[in-house]
Amino acid sequence: MKTATADPATAVRPARAGLLTRMKRSYDRHWYAWAMVLPVVLVIGVLIAYPLGRGVYLSFTDANELNVAKQLGATEIPATYQFVGFDNYWRVLSGADGEFYPKLLWTVVWTVSCVFFHYTIGLGLALLLNRKVRGRSLYRVLLILPWAVPAFVATYIWRMMYNSESGIFNAVLGQLGMGPVDWLGDTFMQKVAVIGVNVWLGVPFMMVAVLGGLQSISSEQYEAAEMDGASPWQRFRHVTLPGLRPVSATVILLGTIWTFNMFPIIYLMLGEANALHSEILVTYAYRLAFGSVRDYAGAATYGILILSMLLVFAVFYRRMLNRQEVAR
Amino acid sequence: MRRGIAATALVASLALAATACGGGSEDKAAAGGPVTITWWDTSDATNEAPTYKKLIEKFEAANKDIKVKYQNVPFAEAEQKYKTAAQAGNAPDVLRADVGWTAGLAENQYLAPLDGTPAVKEIGSFNQGLVEGAKVNGKLYGVPQVTDALALLYNKEVFAKAGVQPPKTWAELSTAAKTIKQKTGVDGIYLNPDSYFALPFLYGEGGMMVDTDKKKITVNDPAGQKAVQTVVDMIKSGAAVKPDFTDGYNNMQAAFKDGKVAMVINGPWSTADDLTGKAFKNKDNLGVAPVPSGTSGKAGTPTGGHNLVVYNGADAPHKEAAQKFVAFMTSAASQEFAATETGVLPTRDDAYTVKVVADPIRAAFKNVLADSTARPAVAGVSDMFTEWTKQYIEILKGNATVEKGLDTTAQKWKTSINSLKEYSVE
Repeated sequence: MKTATADPATAVRPARAGLLTRMKRSYDRHWYAWAMVLPVVLVIGVLIAYPLGRGVYLSFTDANELNVAKQLGATEIPATYQFVGFDNYWRVLSGADGEFYPKLLWTVVWTVSCVFFHYTIGLGLALLLNRKVRGRSLYRVLLILPWAVPAFVATYIWRMMYNSESGIFNAVLGQLGMGPVDWLGDTFMQKVAVIGVNVWLGVPFMMVAVLGGLQSISSEQYEAAEMDGASPWQRFRHVTLPGLRPVSATVILLGTIWTFNMFPIIYLMLGEANALHSEILVTYAYRLAFGSVRDYAGAATYGILILSMLLVFAVFYRRMLNRQEVAR
Repeated sequence: MRRGIAATALVASLALAATACGGGSEDKAAAGGPVTITWWDTSDATNEAPTYKKLIEKFEAANKDIKVKYQNVPFAEAEQKYKTAAQAGNAPDVLRADVGWTAGLAENQYLAPLDGTPAVKEIGSFNQGLVEGAKVNGKLYGVPQVTDALALLYNKEVFAKAGVQPPKTWAELSTAAKTIKQKTGVDGIYLNPDSYFALPFLYGEGGMMVDTDKKKITVNDPAGQKAVQTVVDMIKSGAAVKPDFTDGYNNMQAAFKDGKVAMVINGPWSTADDLTGKAFKNKDNLGVAPVPSGTSGKAGTPTGGHNLVVYNGADAPHKEAAQKFVAFMTSAASQEFAATETGVLPTRDDAYTVKVVADPIRAAFKNVLADSTARPAVAGVSDMFTEWTKQYIEILKGNATVEKGLDTTAQKWKTSINSLKEYSVE
């Protein structure tokens, strides 16, 4: 029978110092690192960790405008909301509130179609700009312009152009002898309209990123492929696309997260009353918190769900890419 | 020495965090000095604001110890902005609140009751219906500043050309609209797809949004369905223009001002804007008539308007100054001044002086007002319109039947409006 002290595994190693001593030693050696990191930790704590923790907490309560704490000058009204456990999540995920699944479906459609058009159009433009054409830098500047326009400004301008009576699109259609289209009224057309604006706004970023990627592919690979008699399509498939993979992976991930949470376009383009079928999850969560009836708990629940979905997506997406990388 | 640096870094970062949290405190008046109160005005910044600024100058001249800080806040965002500020304890001392907001803000304890304060000394001279509308549980939370009601505004020239008279019923209106379109090519009527503008149809059928006595949501009863069906039929038959659902109000105004549409239903606040249009270069061309009546034989229009309310979180000197300011702004002289300068309608009977009613548009609106109906006295009535408008638009687009849209509205009201939780739904 062995005793603990006789165990060779522990006997060989010198006894480890206690946790406190180790921390003290580490502090003595690396105190400047701690001191330098501290401001960042504090700022992140104040700006991110605290609100996030508070959001998680609120999503387990029934907090709304009437029962949260208020500080009205000298009078202080204490909070009277209660802890309700997973009630909010249950109500949302079971479909009892009737809003979550239709909005999730549309959010996914919106994200996928936007990112698809962002990437394909961005890639196409980048390929064109990567050739030696006259006035190339002028084209680049012109194509990057939409990116310089703030989303809310672009949204208002497009909204005017989409106007069913005084908008330019219907004026052009009228000139061509076609009837007006109810761009922002018709439920299907308004979806097309908002996707159009977001694509217009997001293509320049993709274009610039892909252009950078294209320029990092060495011309030797193309020359070698040409020597072997590869057609332009084969060169594109077997040199360009694999060469772009690291850039593409990152911008598609980023684009997905940005588009999923793209707030101003749908919020400002359609207003509240008209967006019944075209609201995405973030705009809906905003309306819960700051719209007509302020439901803080409900908004927090939606916020946490959105965050969780994006986290899960990012993790799986990364894994999938890594697996492909290994397979190659 | 080393530790000293670490400590300094720690202190510096803590100070940074502390300043990040410490902003936004209100300046409190030093004892004896003048009290500065803030007023959030939600009126039109170009047409109305200059008049109110002039009134503030008069007030400050009469009250040397009070200064007023004027801030114009767009109407559409004022309620949400005020709620956020009030919860954090730094709301303005005085707010010009839509009559529909008052009960909801009072329910949240943001507003100070005004009974027995200098603000309501002359309350007996006000239109008592409006005063009742500013009360919650018997306590008065606002002083009516201006009032309004919806009327039928029309283009007299087009009417003369088509040979039609202002219609008395919705059926007559549809016929008139078709005649106008036939004879002049001008569209008949533009209806704003906002549920507030559906109220004349609802009242015309003898319906109402909720029955507060029976604690019942009645918007979806047969009268309500008939009312909305009338709107749907008018759009379908071409008597009314198919509205734009995002910019309905602006497109309505643009079409009316340019003479592209002969009639609209709108309130007195819009007439100043109408008169800037090319169709109304001659001011007399703008006709004002009561809204047509429905099949019940009666016409009905909602009472709108704005109250001045005082913030509950202000300290005693600020509250007192705010009450004095409210009394001044709602005095007969101030209301007469505002009415003649901007065209708004006074809330007290003694402000309808000869000068005020001399204007034909205002005189016509005064008649319309006499028959107007107050909105239901429940907290959150502005939220009710938000929910209703969503469904109203669905109905007008043809995505939902009248019955289904109104039933959904009633259900939404019951589940999301606190004060309607105990109401029954038809």
